[in-house]
Amino acid sequence: MGTLIEEIFSRKAGKTVHTGEILLLDVDYIMSHDNTTPLAIKAFREIGKPIKDKNRIVIHLDHAYPAPNILAAENHRKIIDFVKAQELPYLFQQGVCHQVMIEEGFITPGSIVIGADSHSNTYGAMGAFGTGLGSTEIGVAWVTGKCWFKVPETIRVELSGKTQPGVYAKDVMIHIAGLLGMDGGTYRSVEFGGEYIDQLPLHERIIFPNMSTEIGAKCGLIAADQVTLDYLENETPARGKGPFEQIRPVQPRYERVLELDVSKLGPQVACHPDVDNVKPLEEVEGLEVQEVYIGTCTNARYEDLEIVANILKGRKVNPYTRVIVTPASARIYKKAMQNGLIEILMDAGCTVTGSGCGACIGRHGGILAPGERALTTMNRNFIGRMGSPLSEIYLASPATAAYTALTGKITDPRRVLEDLKV
Amino acid sequence: MGKAWTFGENMNTDEIIPGRFNITIDPLELAKNVFCEVKPEYAQTVKPGDVIVGGQNFGCGSSREHAPIAIKGSQAKCIIAPSFARIFFRNCINIGLPILECPEAVAGITEGDEVDVDLASGAIRNLSTGKNFQARPLPDFVIKIADAGGIVNFLKNHDIEELVA
Repeated sequence: MGTLIEEIFSRKAGKTVHTGEILLLDVDYIMSHDNTTPLAIKAFREIGKPIKDKNRIVIHLDHAYPAPNILAAENHRKIIDFVKAQELPYLFQQGVCHQVMIEEGFITPGSIVIGADSHSNTYGAMGAFGTGLGSTEIGVAWVTGKCWFKVPETIRVELSGKTQPGVYAKDVMIHIAGLLGMDGGTYRSVEFGGEYIDQLPLHERIIFPNMSTEIGAKCGLIAADQVTLDYLENETPARGKGPFEQIRPVQPRYERVLELDVSKLGPQVACHPDVDNVKPLEEVEGLEVQEVYIGTCTNARYEDLEIVANILKGRKVNPYTRVIVTPASARIYKKAMQNGLIEILMDAGCTVTGSGCGACIGRHGGILAPGERALTTMNRNFIGRMGSPLSEIYLASPATAAYTALTGKITDPRRVLEDLKV
Repeated sequence: MGKAWTFGENMNTDEIIPGRFNITIDPLELAKNVFCEVKPEYAQTVKPGDVIVGGQNFGCGSSREHAPIAIKGSQAKCIIAPSFARIFFRNCINIGLPILECPEAVAGITEGDEVDVDLASGAIRNLSTGKNFQARPLPDFVIKIADAGGIVNFLKNHDIEELVA
């Protein structure tokens, strides 16, 4: 009996647990990437004990990949040598870690996955507990197979209605971030549900747990249902196959319930310099941008690229705007290529890059100059994140990004394309 | 005893140490650029034993441990804030960087004040104003990690099960 996080933790603990308890739990998978693995290796070596279970360790090269400089290359070398020496089975160079974790079936309902990356909350979209930790704890978990957690209070976000044309899950989540604020979910589990979530496809659901990180949450959860199980059955390798229990909240006691009817919402933009500086798109429409970036663990899935391609088809992006598209994973890239989306994007003047995180963290592949403004499909708009501390980042949906790419100014995706004369 | 360095609310990990500097894990190298965009004079003039006084949700954002390591590398004694972002909180405990939750002290300390902190008791004294504050006690298992000087040191001599025993 309890909230979704209490139900998930109770199954793992083998007893009924309640908010406030400290638990030491076995973890199913331990994720880290090229930015965070070196420090985990350092902690592991200092502890001086062997790895508990190699089959639970998953390492990705995605944050500065392919290496944009010698130091990053040395970093990769160090990680690959470690993986070889320890005979670890899972090393991926196939794109953004969180997307690859889901595609590869590592994330299943009720599982506990920790990651040395703050957006490990993403896994909550599969009805799993996913949370971000620092590298040292990842090294600890390699050795112990365990991690401590305090059972958090839960904020329930109850979403009803259907979005209007031109309005997407990203707009809804940006709006929620504005309502709750960037510390509104700190230490909390944020449980997303209601009739709006129930009818959403997985690629849109993912946005909510993914961005729960931006409001400080320990995890963002969506109860697994048939949509989740169908994805696992049809899209993932053997490790992602069930049967899985559909864990749901049972007579939950929430700290707070936020109810929202999404049908009244228009497109939203999270404006420089904070994710909770949220405005209806109308208020910033016309603001000039020098770069449009469509990528990241938030919004670069196949369906996102499809939305963008449908808008850009047969048109040209603004010649003075850099438009960069980074498919979230190699698998997405390949499917987009096979189905002609990449050709449409390239014909429109987009630069399509290999999958990875580089632009979002200001490493490479889309760095901003002083005074520049970018509209992106990212989840985070901290000062200087994409490059110069004198640049600005605005967050929006892929549709808003595509319209903005055509005009070079923040543009409402509800506009009629012909009227824009593009 | 050290000088207080004050910072605003929601100080994020990119502001503590921008991503472009995270190509090293050397604490002293990272410390050269800590707070470089929000308070460039910090890295130049911070002295061992100085105290960081932050706003609420201190350390929000990335899971990057480079942020607390950079602060530890700068030889600041501890961070006092009304609240910490959760990954940053865990990271500080795990690497042995003392953190104290005390909204009253944050309200009662201004930049440059001389501050004395007793980490064991959580007593905070503002020597410049004569005011005393008491930080909230940390949970038992957190104290176990802190007392060992971080989780790595704890595990050298203990099993992880002893954390919650």
